[in-house]
Amino acid sequence: MTLFIEQCLNGLQFGLLLFLLAAGLTLVFGIMDLVNLAHGSLYMLGAYFAATFAAWTGSFVLGAILALAATLLVGMAVEVIAMRRLYGRDHLDHVLATFGLILFFDELVRLIWGAGGMSLPLPSWLNTSVRILPGVDYSAYKLSIIVVSLAVAVFLYILVMRTRLGMLIRAGASNREMIGALGVNIKLLFTLVFGLGAALAGLAGLMQAPILTVQIGMGENILILAFVITVIGGIGSIRGAFVAAIMVGFIDTLGRAYFTDLLRLAFTKETAATAAPALSSMLIYLLMAIVLVIRPEGLFPAGSK
Amino acid sequence: MRWTLDLRTVVVVLLLVALVLLPVYVELTGSRFLLTLFTRIVILALAAVSLNLILGYGGMMSFGHAAYLGIGGYAVGMLAFEGITSGFVQWPVALLASALFALVIGALSLRTRGVYFIMITLAFAQMAYYIVAGLARYGGDDGLTIQKRSQFFPPLNLSNKIQFYYICLALLFASIYLVWRLVNSRFGMAVQGARSNDTRMRAIGFPTYRYKLICFVIAGTLCGLAGALLANHTDFVSPAMMYWTRSGDLIVMVVLGGMGSIFGPLFGAVALLVLEEVLSGITEYWQIILGPLLLLVVLFARGGIDGLLGKVGQKVNHG
Repeated sequence: MTLFIEQCLNGLQFGLLLFLLAAGLTLVFGIMDLVNLAHGSLYMLGAYFAATFAAWTGSFVLGAILALAATLLVGMAVEVIAMRRLYGRDHLDHVLATFGLILFFDELVRLIWGAGGMSLPLPSWLNTSVRILPGVDYSAYKLSIIVVSLAVAVFLYILVMRTRLGMLIRAGASNREMIGALGVNIKLLFTLVFGLGAALAGLAGLMQAPILTVQIGMGENILILAFVITVIGGIGSIRGAFVAAIMVGFIDTLGRAYFTDLLRLAFTKETAATAAPALSSMLIYLLMAIVLVIRPEGLFPAGSK
Repeated sequence: MRWTLDLRTVVVVLLLVALVLLPVYVELTGSRFLLTLFTRIVILALAAVSLNLILGYGGMMSFGHAAYLGIGGYAVGMLAFEGITSGFVQWPVALLASALFALVIGALSLRTRGVYFIMITLAFAQMAYYIVAGLARYGGDDGLTIQKRSQFFPPLNLSNKIQFYYICLALLFASIYLVWRLVNSRFGMAVQGARSNDTRMRAIGFPTYRYKLICFVIAGTLCGLAGALLANHTDFVSPAMMYWTRSGDLIVMVVLGGMGSIFGPLFGAVALLVLEEVLSGITEYWQIILGPLLLLVVLFARGGIDGLLGKVGQKVNHG
């Protein structure tokens, strides 16, 4: 039971992390109609920046804040230099151009930081466990990821639904030409939104950095998960991304933890042990297939708000 | 009829002649490396030709095309591992497995359009990648070495590098011809019609979903053939051959060469892989050049090489 609660929390933590990534992706798509494969590169950059800045300043928190600012700036620079020219173009153009950006960023990271990968050590005050329930201890760091991600989700909700900037963002999503004609500086708005998405990806990357090693290509695997989430949730819908991210986080984590046991009920021990890893990684794609059969536009289609 | 010098035709003919004569050059100079490189180019060109059928003509932006390379390759690899080395078993299995995968993936993915289609094909291909990487019996992540290439009747010997090159080249030409015939058939017209205006095609009575699905399956099967060839070429299969960046490479080839043109994918495959060789000779960090180059192609050279040749050719003729 203790283990089960822990796994559920792991699922929640992973789901929230995926939400940060998927939110940026879906925000950029919903507003600029832009498919950004390089989103995973920004996630990777967030992790590398955090590892570097934390080593420079000697402080984890300071490093994280600097890394966040750095990914925000990189994101805005990418928007101004490259993305801006892609709005209104074919989606295939977006895919190709951002695929080029992935190659560029991967190689740039190899050039600057080397191919070896880095690690971001946790400060001692986070590297402990907390008693959350009688008899149940949980990593303080993972708990803080949950808290931060939830705070960001609330912040995003307030930003998009309750502020003037959010109002412009929503207006931009429904009719770009119109808000441009009303005198809103669309160029600046788009740069800000892209930067915001980049910062979210960077935040996800830097929070994941102490758990996994920081390495080239780390953004690519998780990017696919973020894609699955945006598809399940409905592309362009932040609410959909949230629901789908939590679902995928849970299914992925619990699937990995318990699928072998589940299969053992039906098959021999060996069959279960060999089939489980392959099948459990299929689960989320299966979920996606089912959602698509029932609702081809995702759970929360952005058009029908 | 007035005969005009069509630059595109000239380049196509020169390229085809060069490909056919390449082994002669290799024999004269003894440059084995060139033969290996061009066998790879020809095989990947075959994969790009199949992708062009759905991407260029069908307007289906599949981002999971490398999955069929892996499936075709693994069909050969697994059968060889189990002791079945006959090509008469291996290749049909490779084609059938790819066709089946394409049928299932296509049936699900074609329910959606646009970005959804891109992401779903990508996700399903990744799923295939993870499944293969999880197969501990067949090497998992590390891949599987193939001890013996596919066996056919005696004069045919795939281990002979020059013979193998010509087999690949013949299959490439055959598939280019097949795509050309398909595209110009009633079936091809219907698929292209669905690309331009799906609703209108349905309104005049074409079940476009079925047409597109068949087109998707044909492309997947062709790419499965390329996978079987690739496995025989490298004597090795690994999940890496179906990783999503490989699908990206294939898209790059098609777009770089010119989407929806018969010889475009061939141009693209040759250009990209030769460029890779050249750039990696200049610097270890060659992708730092290739990445921005892709961006520039997208921004400024939409028609790819084929379109460029057409434009330059027109200028020469008119000016």
